Amino acid sequence: MDLLTGIFITPFAEMIGLPDLFFQALWDGFVSGTLYGLIALGFVLIFKASGVFNFAQPILVVLAALALISFYKMGVPAWISVVLVLIMFYALAWLIERLILRKLVNTDGNILFMSTVALSFIIIGAAQWIFGGRPSSMIHKELGFPVGSVEWPMFGGGVYFELLDISAAVVAVLLIVCLGLFFSRTKIGRGLRAVADDHQAALSVGISLNQIWVIVWFVAGVVALVTGIFWGARSDVSFALQIIGFKALPVLIIGGFTSVPGAIVGGLMIGIGEKMFEIYWGPLLGSGVEGWFAYFIALGFLLFKPQGLFGDKIIERV
Amino acid sequence: MKKTIISAFVAISTLITTVGMSFGDLLVPVMTYRVGPFAANGTQNANGFVDYLTMLNERDGGIGGVKIKVEECETGYKAEKGVECYESYRGKNPLVHTPNSTGITLQILAKAPEDKTPILTMGYGLSAAAKGETFPWAFNYPTSYFSQMTSILKYIDSQTGLKDQKIGFIFLESGYGREPIPVLEQLAPKFGFEYFLLPVAGKDAQNQSSHWLTVRKEKPDWMIMWGWGVMNPTAVKAAIKSRYPLDRFVGNWWSAGDVDLGPIGEAGKGYKGATFNATGTDFPAVQDVIKHVVSKGLTKTGSEGPGTVLYNRAMWNAALIAEAIKTAQDITGKKEITGEDMRIGLENFVLDEARLKELGFAGMVAPIVGSCKDHEGAGAAFIQQWDGSKWVKITDAIDPMKDIAQEMLTKAAAQYASNNAGWTTQTCN
Repeated sequence: MDLLTGIFITPFAEMIGLPDLFFQALWDGFVSGTLYGLIALGFVLIFKASGVFNFAQPILVVLAALALISFYKMGVPAWISVVLVLIMFYALAWLIERLILRKLVNTDGNILFMSTVALSFIIIGAAQWIFGGRPSSMIHKELGFPVGSVEWPMFGGGVYFELLDISAAVVAVLLIVCLGLFFSRTKIGRGLRAVADDHQAALSVGISLNQIWVIVWFVAGVVALVTGIFWGARSDVSFALQIIGFKALPVLIIGGFTSVPGAIVGGLMIGIGEKMFEIYWGPLLGSGVEGWFAYFIALGFLLFKPQGLFGDKIIERV
Repeated sequence: MKKTIISAFVAISTLITTVGMSFGDLLVPVMTYRVGPFAANGTQNANGFVDYLTMLNERDGGIGGVKIKVEECETGYKAEKGVECYESYRGKNPLVHTPNSTGITLQILAKAPEDKTPILTMGYGLSAAAKGETFPWAFNYPTSYFSQMTSILKYIDSQTGLKDQKIGFIFLESGYGREPIPVLEQLAPKFGFEYFLLPVAGKDAQNQSSHWLTVRKEKPDWMIMWGWGVMNPTAVKAAIKSRYPLDRFVGNWWSAGDVDLGPIGEAGKGYKGATFNATGTDFPAVQDVIKHVVSKGLTKTGSEGPGTVLYNRAMWNAALIAEAIKTAQDITGKKEITGEDMRIGLENFVLDEARLKELGFAGMVAPIVGSCKDHEGAGAAFIQQWDGSKWVKITDAIDPMKDIAQEMLTKAAAQYASNNAGWTTQTCN
């Protein structure tokens, strides 16, 4: 009986009794969700172009954030630092295409995946050698993002909106919309989809595989930079930031590995769902629910809708 | 012919290795993590430890005229890597193991008696290792997690009283984080407070908004944290964001370093943490490290390392090992000692006020004396507070609730021994 009350009555009574907490959880979940979506987006872009899960994406987030801070510490103005990081990522995309991807055209997907694992370790080693292991503060204030918060008083309590969280949500949504339009309305975007389907077929109709890969890795770098700025501002910038990158995996399973809107919808489902479940149903399970909730939902999708909500349903003829 | 060449090669290699070992110095391996998610804290730990022993080599020519060979083994704070590191030193006569991780400690604890090499887990590891009769080969000077939790509870008691208080315990979901929970379980009914647990999985260390929404729902009077690495600054930032009063938020000594609060700065003002070592560079031992190691470029740290919480603590860890080596040399009359000799040193060193002054640690740490029965030592901790730019000591040393802590330690040690058939114990006079 206690169990049934804990599942069906207590959580809803708490939602009604403490509406400010409910709205706070909803807002925090929305912000986390958009940021999860942002991380997932980096994976989606590479997956769409090469059909490979880019294991190096989380470390690209760290690399972008550390490089940005380092340029700034060297005396470069904040926004010029951003431009320098973007140039650095374009160079990196070009190098990755030249040294790794070009040599692996038409090879098995597992080989491409393992190459991103290797790339990840190379970047970790190089970044630690260059930047050291000490954590740094993100330069979001210097970039002009507002700090502080606004409060919405409610029923004797209040809902706090961090200005940085509002900025993060706005920037993430804008970026996702822009990328969605870019990949659905432009020639490059359509080329990218062709490349993802079949390398050889894309080549045969004149699509430059090399150019597409450079562009996609560069755009994934841009997404990594935005992700690094906002996640870095929420904790600090250190190599630990790469762990959060793997939170994208359940998001991708839910949204689909090839869908830009799927990344954001999956992110929001996980973000809001895990907050609600942790706060209202977590005590029944001894707390710590957030650690596995996303994977539990993802498992359900793998069993019943393996292509995700928006992913391409692959039909292969024997 | 081919066989002969291979045999000769193997023989020469073995000879080189053996000669290298026999003329080798005092081998002090240390498991470090300069990479991975906990690298920020691990690097400070590693630097302080290595730099102090390097300083002894530079200034004194080692210990008792024998050079110290400090060897780092990178674990990334992963237990399986720690076990690999441990195994790699088998047969090389390591004097003592410093795992720098409770998870690794728990994995190698049972191997120590077999290999006859002691393990020193300064302020971490298995709390029950404090009972020297049950754990002859493990030491956790100068204090254990059980003792620390009772000291923190005593501090809370001195501020608001414990009765009717609600305490939230946020911890890294690991052997380390769970270690002090039995203390809360036992003391809550005794002192009339209630508590709730908030485990933070390693992968969610940077994403604690759910945990702090729960804090907002539960409205605790105090929060205690057993965090590590990036979990610490994230928790403090989340506390600030959820308007939790920071002067009611107390971290343990692994949750209150300069690397944790430095990036937060002024916003973190008021947050408190336990510690067993003071910060700053005014101590002669720190000055010697700066003079003989840092200024000569013999370190991996920058100038910001010496004087910080974790760097000074790691120096203290190395100094305690150095003192145990010296004690072992004095007792056995040997210059090149073994792990077994080292164990004797760890049970017999005397770091009283006079000796601490001689070593340049007076005022930084509390005196401590090695013992056969008590592998924990004094057990006291004091509370420091972040003033926006640095840690400031705000209490004197707070002794643990010794009767309670000792009773729990004895029980936990007996439990460990009964769970491990054939466990080696010792009798102390």
